[in-house]
Amino acid sequence: MTRPRGTLVRNAAASRINHWITAGCFVLLLLSGLSMFHPLLFWLSELFGGGQWTRAVHPWIGVVLLLSYAGMIVQFWRDNMWSRDDIAWMRAIDRVLVNEEEGVPEVGRFNAGQKFVFWSMALLVPVLFFTGIVIWEVYFSSYTTIEQQRIAVLIHCLAAAAAIIVWIVHVYAAIWIRGSVRTMTQGYVTPGWAWRHHRKWLRRLAATGSVGPRPGAGGDGRPV
Amino acid sequence: MSDLQSQDYVRRSASTLTPPSARNYEQEVAKLIDVSRCIGCKACQSACMEWNDLRSEVGYFEGSYDNPSDLGPSTWTLMRFTEWENEQGNLEWLIRKDGCMHCEDPGCLKACPAPGAIVQYATGIVDFISENCIGCGYCVKGCPFDIPRISPVDHKSYKCTLCSDRVTVGLEPACVKACPTGAIMFGSKTDMTAWAGDRIVDLKSRGFENAGLYDPPGVSGTHVMYVLHHADRPSLYAGLPDKPRISPFVEVWKGVLKPLALAGIAFTALAGFFHWVIVGPNEVQPEDEAEGQRLLRDAEDPK
Repeated sequence: MTRPRGTLVRNAAASRINHWITAGCFVLLLLSGLSMFHPLLFWLSELFGGGQWTRAVHPWIGVVLLLSYAGMIVQFWRDNMWSRDDIAWMRAIDRVLVNEEEGVPEVGRFNAGQKFVFWSMALLVPVLFFTGIVIWEVYFSSYTTIEQQRIAVLIHCLAAAAAIIVWIVHVYAAIWIRGSVRTMTQGYVTPGWAWRHHRKWLRRLAATGSVGPRPGAGGDGRPV
Repeated sequence: MSDLQSQDYVRRSASTLTPPSARNYEQEVAKLIDVSRCIGCKACQSACMEWNDLRSEVGYFEGSYDNPSDLGPSTWTLMRFTEWENEQGNLEWLIRKDGCMHCEDPGCLKACPAPGAIVQYATGIVDFISENCIGCGYCVKGCPFDIPRISPVDHKSYKCTLCSDRVTVGLEPACVKACPTGAIMFGSKTDMTAWAGDRIVDLKSRGFENAGLYDPPGVSGTHVMYVLHHADRPSLYAGLPDKPRISPFVEVWKGVLKPLALAGIAFTALAGFFHWVIVGPNEVQPEDEAEGQRLLRDAEDPK
């Protein structure tokens, strides 16, 4: 992707590909999962070729999502480490929510909300995977008791509902904070975007002469 | 079974509307299995295979009379043999015909996510409609009696139909027809309960003081009932549940969680929408661009 002059790399191409594989899997899992969760949504199974196909394909998509999200963790865990500044930012969330970011503590590459989304999914995806294995009737039903499967399916549904809620927060935030969608499509942001939303990140990039996404890195994430 | 009756449903899985139920002027039926009269001949098993055209794969000897060793997609009823030494030190050979109990409140139907894959007729018979089955195995989790079995070949769930095809046309189930001792009876639930009462009086008079009818209230009664000589301890009979009920995990999963989860999801989406309406997008201002560019410029050529 050509990056306009004077802009900064927010997400390298590999991260973006990784993100969209994860996102695609998540949406497919959400649609197929909800169709098997509530009768009002059973019609969604038609998108997958009917109930049998939905039942068969859902767990495989889950496997791809787990692997894909593992890649996300590898790429993003460092910038998502929790710090004391995040607490200060959370305290000022009321200002953030009304688009008044002046006076809100400066933010590094990710703010506390983004970190919350990241770590929530880092917890929920493995929970969904392992409970999903237990209720993957075709291959794994003989390894657990029926009572264990009952507990697993209940946890699976709870975790799925939580993940969908976190996902809505994530998607809405991307729409709300203008310029965020482009960080995952074309991958770049303007200096003004970085100044407004991630000033500490911008300062670090500037200090190391980096164009992003990490201090000391240039172009598509390669160290300069 | 195939969908032979479709206008006398009292329950239909994963359905939010009232199922077709005009032809409901039917008596509730019941099969009564009098364990005290069973001789373990397996004629019922053979009759079930014969009528329903079922042949399970030949298995291996597992050291017991149970043959095959478990229920399966092609084994809908099975004699389970228990050797029990009673308090007097005598051996009692307890033989129970296992299979679907046709619960009045069927856990399988409650758990099923596929509309119309499990139905209950006005007779009380619980039937699997295979064309709608998606093979998820939720019925297995819903069932308090460990009855449904998923075929690894066609990914459909199977169990006893109570010969719903025969009952529809006024015949008794195949197992009832074949039983040589009258241990399996079939009729209206009222008649079967009355008949069981007579049997229990007889058994009590012969020293089985705990004889009784197994029609567990935890699932609102069943349309397959047992006369047991030791009704105080059903689990003696190859693990027949003492107090069967739909698992509380299933009740939460299929009860409160369904509307609650959808409401939570809808609430979050609406909160986002109204945040957009009230606050609106957070846009980068020209001042931000100026400040951002100044910061980068300053870093490039420090004064």
